[in-house]
Amino acid sequence: MSTVADAERVEDLARRVVAEHDPKNVPIPEFLGACYDAGLSWVHFPEGFGGLGLSRGMQAVADRILQGAGGPVPLGLNPMGYGMAAPTVREHAQSDDLKKALLRPLATTEDIWCQLFSEPGAGSDLAGLATTAVPDGDEWVLNGQKVWTSLAHRARWGLLLARTDPDIAKHKGLTYFVLDMHAPGVETRPLRQMTGQAEFNEVYMTDARIPDSHRLGAVGNGWNVAMTTLMNERSALGASGSRRGSGTIKDAVALWASRPDLHTPVMRDRLSQLWLRSEAQRLTSERSRASATSGGPGPEASVGKLVGALLNQHIYEWCMDLLGPEGILYDGYALADGAGDAGDWRGPIQQRYLRSRANTIEGGTTEVMRNILGERVLGLPGDLRADAGMPWKEIPRG
Amino acid sequence: MADNAEFRFTEEQQQLRAAVRKFCADNFDEATVRRLMESPVPFDVKVWNRLGAELGVLGLSVPEADGGVGGSLVDQAIAVEAFGATLACGPLFGTVYLAVPALVASPAGPARDELLAQLVDGTRTAAFAVADKAGAFDPASVTVTANGDTVSGTVQRVVDGAAADEIVVAATGSDGIGLYAVDAKDTRRTPLATLDLTRPQATITFTDSPARRLAGPEEAERVITHALQVGSALLAVEQVGAAQHLLDLAVEYAKSRLQFGRQIGSFQAVKHKLADMLVDLEHARSTAYHAVWALTDGSDDPALAVSIAQATASAALSHIAADTIQVHGGIGFTWEHQAHLYFKRAATDAALLGTAEQHRSRVADFVLDDASAEGGTRVADGLPV
Repeated sequence: MSTVADAERVEDLARRVVAEHDPKNVPIPEFLGACYDAGLSWVHFPEGFGGLGLSRGMQAVADRILQGAGGPVPLGLNPMGYGMAAPTVREHAQSDDLKKALLRPLATTEDIWCQLFSEPGAGSDLAGLATTAVPDGDEWVLNGQKVWTSLAHRARWGLLLARTDPDIAKHKGLTYFVLDMHAPGVETRPLRQMTGQAEFNEVYMTDARIPDSHRLGAVGNGWNVAMTTLMNERSALGASGSRRGSGTIKDAVALWASRPDLHTPVMRDRLSQLWLRSEAQRLTSERSRASATSGGPGPEASVGKLVGALLNQHIYEWCMDLLGPEGILYDGYALADGAGDAGDWRGPIQQRYLRSRANTIEGGTTEVMRNILGERVLGLPGDLRADAGMPWKEIPRG
Repeated sequence: MADNAEFRFTEEQQQLRAAVRKFCADNFDEATVRRLMESPVPFDVKVWNRLGAELGVLGLSVPEADGGVGGSLVDQAIAVEAFGATLACGPLFGTVYLAVPALVASPAGPARDELLAQLVDGTRTAAFAVADKAGAFDPASVTVTANGDTVSGTVQRVVDGAAADEIVVAATGSDGIGLYAVDAKDTRRTPLATLDLTRPQATITFTDSPARRLAGPEEAERVITHALQVGSALLAVEQVGAAQHLLDLAVEYAKSRLQFGRQIGSFQAVKHKLADMLVDLEHARSTAYHAVWALTDGSDDPALAVSIAQATASAALSHIAADTIQVHGGIGFTWEHQAHLYFKRAATDAALLGTAEQHRSRVADFVLDDASAEGGTRVADGLPV
C-alpha cells in the first residue's frame, strides 16, 4: 500500500476514535483503550496488538490528530510502558494471549510499568548485575536489589534483568523477566536524592517468585532482549519535535530578560553560546526525525543524549552564576508526598540546578555515551576489558 | 523553492552528491591540490570549464530563464559540500558563493544576463569585490567610486581576485551605491601571500576602469545582502564538507595507529575527543543545512539562520581541524600530511564573511535583547513555602 493511502487510513481511524471517544470528555483509560483497539497505540505493531502493521513514521500522523484533539501524550503517563515495555513484550513474550493481556492495560495506562535493571553494583557495567533467579519447578525464585527505579511504587509490572547462570561470562548468564510488582517478597522503598526529593525507588526482592511463562526470550538471552529495550529507550527519548528557544534554554533566557540589573557582557556571551548550542541540537533533533522517517537514523540520532545532558548542566550553572547570592536560597528539603514519583522534580531554578547533576549519569553516563558514539557510530575499537570471557562469579566486584 | 522538505534529500540529489564526489576524487586528489596551490594560476581552467559545462554545478540554483538548470540552493549546497571535502581548487568563493547569487538577484539586463550565463557555464570566473562587515552589507566600507561608465578606487583582500576574469564591485556614484561588473584586464591586481594557499587573495585597483552596471542604488543593498547571505550559507556547508573529511581521516588514523600495543582509538582519551568532534560536526551540518533551506523556501529569517550556521560551522571546523592534528600526533604537524591544508582552510573560512564570534554576537542581538521574561521558572527565595 502506498504511503499516502496508509496516511489516509491512519487519519480516518484517528478521527473516528476522537469522534466516538472525545478525549476532552471521556476518562483517559477509555480514550487510550479506544486508540489501542483501533491500532493507533503503536501503528508499526501487528494488528490485534495495538498496531496496524504500518511503518513507524505513520505514528506521527495518528498522534497529530489524537493529541490535537486534546488526547494525552501516553509516553508521559506510562513512560517505561510505552517507551520500553511495549516493544519488548511484543517481540519476546511467549504467547499471543500474554502479549494481549499485558499490552492493552499498558496502553490504557491502567498498568504502569517500571524497569528493574540498575543495581548498586551494576550501573554503567549493567551486565555485571548480581540479582539472581534460580529455577524451582515452573517458577523462578528471585533475590537481589535494584535501584534508580522510577515509578516502582505505582507500577503493576517491572521489566527485570536477572542472573540465571553465575558460572559463565557475564553477558551470557542473564535472563529477562516480567515481574509482578505486587508479588510477595517484592518491596519498594523511596530513594532520596541530593535535591531532597525522591523521584526514584529501591526495589528489594527476597524469595520473590516469577512464573516461567513471564520469562521474555530464552534463558541466557537476557542481554539481547535488554538491548531491544534500551534501543527503544533511546529512540523514545529523542523523538519529539520542539520550537526554537523551548526547553531548558527558555529558563535561562527568561531569567535574563527578567533581570536586566544583573546583565554583564560576560554573562551575555555565555548565554549566547548556550543558546546557539541548544539551537544546533534542536536542529539536529529535527534532522534526526527527518531521517528516521526516510530510511533509519544516522549518527545525528546518538548525539542528543550526550549534548542535552551537558547543556542542562551548563544552563543551570549559568542561571546560578547570574543570580549570585540570590541563587543560594532554596525551598527547603522537606520530603514531599508522592515520594518515589518522577515528574514533579521541575521546581525552582535551584532545584533544577541540583537535579541536573544526574543528567550526565542517568540513562547512560556521558562517558558511556562518548564510548557509544566512538564505537558504534565511528567504528573505533573497544577498550581493553579486564573481565573478558571470565565467569561472572570470578569477576572482582566492589 | 526546494521541492523537498527540510533535511530530506531526493533521489536525484543523492545522485548529484555521488557524481560531484566522483568528479572531485578524480580531479582534486591531494597531489593535484598541492600542485595547483603552488602554481601561478592556482586552479586548472580546463577542469573548471568541465565543472560548468559538463557537470553543471557552478550555478545549480540559477533559474532556467537565466541559463541555469533551475535547481535549488539545496542542490548547490550538495555540490559545495563535496568541494569542501577535497579543497577543490578554483574561484568557488568569488564565483559560486557570491557573484552568481548577486547576479541572480540583480535585475535582468544584457550585462547581467551575459555574465551570469558565462559564470554558470564555466567559461569565465568572478571575484566579489564588496567589503562586508562581519558578513553583512556595509555602505561605509565601499571604497570605490563610480563616474558614469567607469569606476575608480581600491578594494583590499579580494578572495579569488588575482585569477578571476571578472570583478563584481560595489561603487558609489552620484545617485548612490551600485553594483558593477569590471573586466579584470582593466584593473591592476596585486596578489597577496595567504595563510591558505588554496584560497588566494589580491588587492584590486580600479583606475577609470570601464564598468557595466548590474544593480542601481535602489537594488544594490538587497542584491548584495542576498549574495552575502547565500555566500555565508554555502561557506558553512563547505566547512561541513571539510570537517567530515577531517573526522574520517582522524578516525581512520585512530584505528590504524598502534601505540602501547593497541590501536590508539581504543583509548578513551582519544575516543572521546573523536566523539566530541562528531557532535560538533553534526551540529554544524544541521545549522548549515537549515540556513540553506531557510534561504530556499523562506521557512526562517535568513539573517538569523545564516548567523546561527556561521557561528556554529566556523567554530566546529576550527576545533575539528585542530583536534585532527592532535589525534595524528607528530605526523599531523608535517608539511607532508594533509591536515595543515584543512587547518589553514578552517582559519580562512572562519575569518571570511564574519567570524564565529561576530555571528554569535549578532545572534545574541536577535534573540536576547528583546527576549521575554515569560515562561521561565521561578527562583526559590528561601522563604517557607
